[in-house]
Amino acid sequence: MSLDSPPAAASRPDLPLSTAQAPPGLVALSFAFAKMSLAGFGGVLPFARRAIVEEHRWMTADEFNETFALCHFLPGPNIVNLSFVFGSRFRGFVGGVAAFAGLVAPPMVLVMALAALYAHYGDIPALRRVLAGISGAAIGLLVATVFRMLMPLIKRRDVAAVLLMVAVFVAIGLGRLPLQLVLLVAVPISLAITLYMRRRAVT
Amino acid sequence: MTSETNPIWALVWTFGLMSLFAVGGANAAIPEMHRIAVDVMHWLTDKQFADVFAISQLSPGPNVLIVTLIGYEVAGFNGAFAATVAMCLPTALLAYVVSRVLRGSKGARWPALIQASLVPLSIGLMGASALVVAQASDRTWPAVLLTLAAAVLAFATRLNPLWILLAGGVLGFAGIV
Repeated sequence: MSLDSPPAAASRPDLPLSTAQAPPGLVALSFAFAKMSLAGFGGVLPFARRAIVEEHRWMTADEFNETFALCHFLPGPNIVNLSFVFGSRFRGFVGGVAAFAGLVAPPMVLVMALAALYAHYGDIPALRRVLAGISGAAIGLLVATVFRMLMPLIKRRDVAAVLLMVAVFVAIGLGRLPLQLVLLVAVPISLAITLYMRRRAVT
Repeated sequence: MTSETNPIWALVWTFGLMSLFAVGGANAAIPEMHRIAVDVMHWLTDKQFADVFAISQLSPGPNVLIVTLIGYEVAGFNGAFAATVAMCLPTALLAYVVSRVLRGSKGARWPALIQASLVPLSIGLMGASALVVAQASDRTWPAVLLTLAAAVLAFATRLNPLWILLAGGVLGFAGIV
């Protein structure tokens, strides 16, 4: 790419050298996030990585990972949080809003349409059977994700982490306890264990 | 206006608060959504909850859009919009603020520390999600078998999840599960 390429519709101010290419304009941001969101069946993250790092080269892989790690520990829908942070990295607060709106609005409108259809036709037996089949398969996908995430813990023989995981599973899944209550107990315990393990690993 | 008179405020309050505790993303918050929407507020039946879960997993976009469907069941399009914004915007703003605060301090170790300590909790929560929806949805043995088969396929192969979902839908349509 040449640095003196003429700006298209959006103006492109001098870019920081850390990014691989010129930062995108607001419309481009919104559009790119809408595209990756609508492509993202069963999770948007892989599409986001591909679009931002490989397709548009707005960030290097390291920058992507760093930004991802930065907001992954926060609560809430991760990819939605990511969109706001990514957008704001390029274009400040307004950029965050643009990326957020691009990610959320188009699939939300689509899902609203599906919700309206479901409200009208949800009792048709054929549709009921189809939804039951999809739901059964979707639960399977969730189970597979759980085991994928669990494998590293088992390989590390991280007994404490596995016990914590089981405890949370029992409290929420079987006990049906409120989430806040369980987290209030589990987060401090897990944090203490993680800190202790790190200390022990260092000394 | 109290939450009893206006369901929109009940949605905003419920999902706004929930998002702040949604450790591990949307799929980890499903048991809490089920607990509140089905058991506490009686917005949906068990069956409807399983249905909106299926629709949200099949649709493109972030999985958090299950709240759009719940919101619609409660208060139509306004409810769908309110629930979505309440679930998505507060934590996005929080992430924005935290990312700005942390930007200068490159070597901050505590985000990584917190993230590592949340991993086992996230896995436990997602496992609970699977169980809660399975109890609402998998009422027959063939359905349980379908879930197990989908789990094995998704775990052992790199098959696009969309195909597995569609296969489930076809088997359902055929009346096999």
